[in-house]
Amino acid sequence: MDMSQYLEVFIEESKEHLQTCSEQLLELEKNPEDLAIVNEIFRSAHTLKGMSATMGYEDLANLTHKMENVLDGIRNEKIRVSTEILDVVFQAVDDLEAMVFSISDGGDGKRNISEVVNKLMLIEKGEPLTEALAKQEMSAASAPEMQEGTLLISYDEFELTVLQQSREQGFDSYEVTVQIREDCLLKAVRVFMVFEVLEKAGEVIKSTPSAEKLEEEQFDREFIVTLITKESAEDICKKVMKVSEVEHAECRPVILEQNENQPENDSGNVPDEEKADDIKTEEKKKVAPGTRPAGTGNKTIRVNIERLDSLMNLFEELVIDRGRLEQISREVNNQELNETVERMSRISGDLQNIILNMRMVPVDTVFNRFPKMVRQLARDLNKNINLEIIGAETELDRTVIDEIGDPLVHLLRNALDHGIEMPSVRRGKGKSEEGKVTLKAYHSGNYVFIEIEDDGAGMNREKILRKAIEKGILSEQASETMTDKQVYNLIFASGFSTADQISDISGRGVGLDVVRNTIESLGGAVSIDSQEGKGSVFSIQLPLTLSIISVMLIEIQKEKYAIPLSSIIETAIIKKSEVLNAHSQKVIDFRGRVVPLVFLKEVLEVPQMFEEDEFYSLVMVRKGDKMAGLVVDRFIGQQEIVLKALGSYLQSAFAISGATILGDGQVALIIDCNALIK
Amino acid sequence: MAESAALSTASELKVIIFQLVDKEYALPVSQVRSIEKLQHITRVPKTPHFVKGVLNLRGVVTPIIDLRLRFGLEQEPYSDSTRIIIAAAQESEVGLIVDAANDVLDIQAESIEPQPEVAGTIDEEYIEGIVKIDKRLFILLNLDKVLNPEELNNTSGKEG
Repeated sequence: MDMSQYLEVFIEESKEHLQTCSEQLLELEKNPEDLAIVNEIFRSAHTLKGMSATMGYEDLANLTHKMENVLDGIRNEKIRVSTEILDVVFQAVDDLEAMVFSISDGGDGKRNISEVVNKLMLIEKGEPLTEALAKQEMSAASAPEMQEGTLLISYDEFELTVLQQSREQGFDSYEVTVQIREDCLLKAVRVFMVFEVLEKAGEVIKSTPSAEKLEEEQFDREFIVTLITKESAEDICKKVMKVSEVEHAECRPVILEQNENQPENDSGNVPDEEKADDIKTEEKKKVAPGTRPAGTGNKTIRVNIERLDSLMNLFEELVIDRGRLEQISREVNNQELNETVERMSRISGDLQNIILNMRMVPVDTVFNRFPKMVRQLARDLNKNINLEIIGAETELDRTVIDEIGDPLVHLLRNALDHGIEMPSVRRGKGKSEEGKVTLKAYHSGNYVFIEIEDDGAGMNREKILRKAIEKGILSEQASETMTDKQVYNLIFASGFSTADQISDISGRGVGLDVVRNTIESLGGAVSIDSQEGKGSVFSIQLPLTLSIISVMLIEIQKEKYAIPLSSIIETAIIKKSEVLNAHSQKVIDFRGRVVPLVFLKEVLEVPQMFEEDEFYSLVMVRKGDKMAGLVVDRFIGQQEIVLKALGSYLQSAFAISGATILGDGQVALIIDCNALIK
Repeated sequence: MAESAALSTASELKVIIFQLVDKEYALPVSQVRSIEKLQHITRVPKTPHFVKGVLNLRGVVTPIIDLRLRFGLEQEPYSDSTRIIIAAAQESEVGLIVDAANDVLDIQAESIEPQPEVAGTIDEEYIEGIVKIDKRLFILLNLDKVLNPEELNNTSGKEG
């Protein structure tokens, strides 16, 4: 069967499931006792296993299977959650992610996973990863902590009904935990004998592991049998203990109410997996509204972004025709036609909003991988770090989202590595040992801001200056007049790295200048502020969308151009006599500043169609700290436009950053102010 | 190149015939997206003189080349018969302004001859071959050469 058509879906869904795994694992680390979380992870892992096996990615399926076994152990309380175990599971998830990415890049998804598989198998068998863990693990495996009333296993609906009914008829139900001696040779025989004893005493309704597994000796030393009987717990225990080579037996009453509150804690019987899966889904549905909602529950479909683009193109055509229709209806002045056209205009306006919004994605899609990354880095660095994420629901255009991942990773690593100090240093400074990194996203105007704030060491002005001079980035003379903020922003200069020691986390030479370039290429900006000893804030400003921008439409002779509003300071109209000559350059005195004029008509070689009047219309634009006045003939007004590329054939057009289609169907060019200011 | 492949394998080639001054040219239909009437073209500053600008082709900004100027022929005002042939080149679409586009023909691959040695009005590198049917002579264009981007960048920006 040709699987290629499913590949895309497979990759997307795998990524989603792995994301769920990482998120829930982080949760689990905080609440190691919460078995509902383990179930959540188990479900994702199980789906992933099934999908990858179907698609023929064996390594992926194999590793997922091993991970699933460990999770199974955890939820059956055979394995106790510890940081070491979670580390291995995290490592497994990382490997899985690497494999999925390899597949999505056209690779075969193969990877050397033997190390992590071995570790998982050790955990699964309850064997310690390290000597230090040995005792703890052994005790966990041999004598799981038992609290009165907590169930060891859970039951499906049929079993629950049986338990319920038998209780109504005056029977008691017990979970009998039987432990066989370690040196026992014929475990299956002992199991058989235990079952015989129990079946005389009452009715066995369930065993964990399942009867088949027990017969095949597929269990360690311990198994649990659920029994309905009229005899007392003590008697049963004594009877079971009479079977030779049984080391320990314990009876605990089954309390049904308790069970119903934990429906997710379900059977771990591997042969019953399919059945169990069905039950899980059912149970999940019942549980979802009240307790823990699974994921966000939004219904979505995946659409190729190219389709959205062509939808957008077609819609623009519709808008243009709408304009024509409006004009015609005004001319014809027919009541019914007017009403219909008006209605159509309103509807297409709504449609426009929806289409534009479809391209917006919450920044969470980028942020969600950070908690795991920060956890791992913090462990590698032996630092104590708490990452706080604020405003993950803030929306950004898909094209921007795709690009900001790497710069953010870089900045976060930077904050963790260079920003936050070692716990001992922090204690010495009187700060709490746990460093705090805040990742914050919010909307403001036509921009989205993302801030990365740490409460670490902050930056040292002298150190940066020394380094900058050393690297020849600036002269000693220039350094004296710089403000603190200017100094801090020097770290974005290429070839700058302030870490005293080069670590493999950050400071590999390719530094923050790459971050700045990426962000600036998106039409954004990045800046830094810092207070020595208190911490630093990296602030990234990003345009809401790359495809729609606000512009000022202007006219030069008979040609229309658009100037991005983001680079305009203000507009002005001056008399020709106010223009001064400085050398060969025409300048004006604008609010006490000498501002050079750029005559767009000459720069853009616009053909002369009519004479100009005695006034100049100026659009004051800026690039960084520099300003210029663009001389135009007429302001048309402000407008939201859809940005279009000029196409690869005309890529190198001078001072033009793109084009847009105006309401009348004509193309207007967008002026690149950065190219006009030297 | 798709074109040469088409020439060597298919015995028949469907071409669009268009006119420039007094000569007839041919482009394989596989390279032609559509034929449009003349509409408003927005001039793009500082581009080679044969680039007339861009137009809005159903929501896509498409660059337009005047083939007369591209081939160094004298310019004439556009008329009612002037057409824009939207051709697919590499990944993008480019419009070619021609005097008229009036025919679709099937030509035999064997009837394509290499260009005669005599130097014509057009630089020979744009020409894939010559086709003679009855008494008509068609010049088969090599679109990739016509749209050679290197030349686009080398030609100094002069706009009339």
